[in-house]
Amino acid sequence: MTQTGSGLLQPAPADQFGPVIPGPPIVRRPLALKVPVAFAGLTLLAVVAFVFGSDAGLTTRFSLASETDFFQLPDFAVPTRPAATVLAIIMAGLTLLAFQSAAQRHKLGLWLPSVFGLAWILSFMVWVIAGKTSTWTIPALLAASLSLSIPLVFGAMTGLVCERVGVINVAIEGELLAGAFLGAVAASAAGSAYVGLIAAPLAGMLVGALLAVFAVRYWVDHIIVGVVLNVLVTGLTSYLFSTVLKSNAGLNRATQLPKLPIPILGDIPVIGPVLFRQSLLVYLMYALVVGLQVMLFRSRWGLRMRACGEHPEAADTVGIQVNRTRIRNTILGGAIAGLGGAFFTIEMGLAFNKEMSAGKGFIALAAMILGRWNPKGAVAAALLFGFAGELAQMMGTMNTPIPSNILLMIPYLLTILAVAGLVGRVRAPAAEGTFYRS
Amino acid sequence: MTSSNPLTPKDEPPEGSANRSSASPASGAAPAEPPPGSGPVEPPPGSAPAEPPPGSAPAEPASGLASQPPLPGRFTIALKEILSGSWLLSILSILLALLIGAILIAASNVEVQKAAGYFFARPSDLFAAIWDVVSRSYAALFQGAVFNFGADTPVRAILPITQTLTASTPLIFAGLGLAVGFRAGLFNIGAQGQIILGSIFAAWAGFALHLPPGLHLLLALFGAVLGGALWGFIPGILKAKTGANEVIVTIMLNWVAVYGLGYLLTLDAFQRPGYNNPQTPAIDPNAQLPLILGPNYKTHLGFVLALVAAGGVWWLMEKSTLGLKFRAIGMNPDAARTAGINTDRCYVWVMMIAGGLAGLAGSAQIQGTERVLTSGIAGSFGFDAITVALLGRSRPLGTVLAGLLFGGLRAGSYAMQSVTNSVDVVLVLQSVIVLFIAAPPLVRAIFRTPDPEAVRRLKVTARAARQAQLKEVGR
Repeated sequence: MTQTGSGLLQPAPADQFGPVIPGPPIVRRPLALKVPVAFAGLTLLAVVAFVFGSDAGLTTRFSLASETDFFQLPDFAVPTRPAATVLAIIMAGLTLLAFQSAAQRHKLGLWLPSVFGLAWILSFMVWVIAGKTSTWTIPALLAASLSLSIPLVFGAMTGLVCERVGVINVAIEGELLAGAFLGAVAASAAGSAYVGLIAAPLAGMLVGALLAVFAVRYWVDHIIVGVVLNVLVTGLTSYLFSTVLKSNAGLNRATQLPKLPIPILGDIPVIGPVLFRQSLLVYLMYALVVGLQVMLFRSRWGLRMRACGEHPEAADTVGIQVNRTRIRNTILGGAIAGLGGAFFTIEMGLAFNKEMSAGKGFIALAAMILGRWNPKGAVAAALLFGFAGELAQMMGTMNTPIPSNILLMIPYLLTILAVAGLVGRVRAPAAEGTFYRS
Repeated sequence: MTSSNPLTPKDEPPEGSANRSSASPASGAAPAEPPPGSGPVEPPPGSAPAEPPPGSAPAEPASGLASQPPLPGRFTIALKEILSGSWLLSILSILLALLIGAILIAASNVEVQKAAGYFFARPSDLFAAIWDVVSRSYAALFQGAVFNFGADTPVRAILPITQTLTASTPLIFAGLGLAVGFRAGLFNIGAQGQIILGSIFAAWAGFALHLPPGLHLLLALFGAVLGGALWGFIPGILKAKTGANEVIVTIMLNWVAVYGLGYLLTLDAFQRPGYNNPQTPAIDPNAQLPLILGPNYKTHLGFVLALVAAGGVWWLMEKSTLGLKFRAIGMNPDAARTAGINTDRCYVWVMMIAGGLAGLAGSAQIQGTERVLTSGIAGSFGFDAITVALLGRSRPLGTVLAGLLFGGLRAGSYAMQSVTNSVDVVLVLQSVIVLFIAAPPLVRAIFRTPDPEAVRRLKVTARAARQAQLKEVGR
């Protein structure tokens, strides 16, 4: 890791007009070449696969319109290979910039990787849907990606709240499932989707409370409790589904949250329908993310919480009740995931079904890690994963060159690379998974 | 990241006793209520560790005897030792789980709900209905898992127990693998992925190669070990080289394996000709594990292999140098490193052994029961195996017994389905058992059984007092 050879450089060789004064060695940061090299590799891949891998003469048609748009945007079609070439040139330029800033030991900002990623994904899309005529429009793709990432965002926020306070939460999956279950049942029983939206967090809270009791009060290993709670919730909901819900069909109807378009924002072309013609759940998600980002780092609650997760002894010394804080926030986290679970039933407009959370809780965990225990980052990762999932679905129906299964692996592979320190460096809260005796 | 977090397995006391060692001489009175939420463990801090309050403890168990002298007799202490033992704890946990399962079964039953509707008119109906459905459910569970009394032929009558053996085989294999990891302090959630990889390799070796009997079987078994070990190697080497947390890596690898299997099953090379649903060709008869109880039963050689593997794991962990290193790392990785153990290499070995054993679970599925590779080949064995290893306290014998129990639950659940309409109540039983097992103070609080730590201290003080008495007499 420490390449002192390249890091320590002697000052310039002495000029002829004076004695050599051995000044202090200039300490330079080691070259951080990981990102530029990765960019170079990705660019190469784009050139080989997307530029030369596409048949000459194909065109790629992007359709931007959604039927309810205020302004109707026309489709635009680009010739595939030239478009991919242009994008590859942009990527090559960005790679050079990345190398340059690495050589100057500048920190790579946010915009360079984002632009690079966007260009790469665009060129990928240009290649994938080349020559295909499909009903997929860009707004539909984005909307579906956002929709797929809703449970991921909620789950990641749960993980974040729990882990920041020092409790490892592997039970996000179970909390989502419990929320989906109770949300559906309450909504069906009351005949209103909004009742389901109130009930879903309660189910998540219940699971969160179990996690808190066993992990904080009874000092059971957090991961064990999490794993077991997942099995418990799966068993309980599946059992109730095949007994109670089967015999009382009225308790498990498909109810859907109505969409609440925001008047002006919803009319913005492309992003309007994607972001602002959504249900209350999605608006709650926006509020949650913004709220957490602010509260976590700028409020007393956030500070105390982070103290419990980083250094519980110190927190105790200044009078914070560590275990009480942990229990409360774990339950709060459960409520968040329970609300996210409502996505599967009342946001999608589906009746409850066995194991319908389908591993989303684990991707949420991955998103949280990739986002470095930070709301902003976690949301970005969750959106990326949602996009990958939607792309995989789209490609499954379009008979494209990339198998959808491989695409579905991407979130998990990225997470492995991240925890192995190959993509950025992630650091968990120092005291997560520990027990505290006050 | 420092992954030296206390992923301590269930084998040593830490969670059990360190946890409430000081509070529970008051013998379960304090933690009587599980969810007081905010009022955590206040009572312990000050007084308790200093003195073992011998006076209060013996009065507790209402055994009546030995309350006159200040210290209890040997018999009382022996009784207390039994009551505080981990075996009793396991049995009590299972009983509690059965109780909770019974509540669930009763509450979701239509007849019971009907009877509850006129409870105040005829309460006896409610209890009769509850008794009826619960007893029928558990009787069905037993008959589906152990012995079918209603069968017309003896062959049919013992069919359930053989099904239990078959179902427990993969659980034992994978549970053993996880147990090795737990004892080395590695929390391997990746059995599911390792089983999938093992079954992929075993299936490929089974249907793509054509070899003489014996050799083919061995090669397919070897393939399964190799596949699982490969999937264990990745988190092992990542932990050793980069410190990546194995919990996260193994969770992620599970999903990579799921989608990888899904991808393979879309390939022509892995498609069984003439079938529409994705499945591989059936493996050669030469690669199948022979049925050991004759053609009427599905119990295969894998079960014997699982028992052999349990013996092997026992030898590895208790008798070999490598096992000693593993255990040392599990107890304290820093101390182990200081003592000259190459912990990085051991992490890789542990994960590969765990993966190899889980891979054998995959071979039991492919070569023993299923014969073809499908996307659901691993079922939920990988996750169930975690509960098996936990219930078995990461010991080989315990894992075998726990595997048999959960295999029996799994086999019996299908018979139970005729009463409860669902196989899933078994999942609830399983998870509740493990939750209770993992939280000894909770079970002790419910049953008012003594804390082992308190009993140990009591024993020490009693012995000291007795010796003092002897000296007194001798003088």
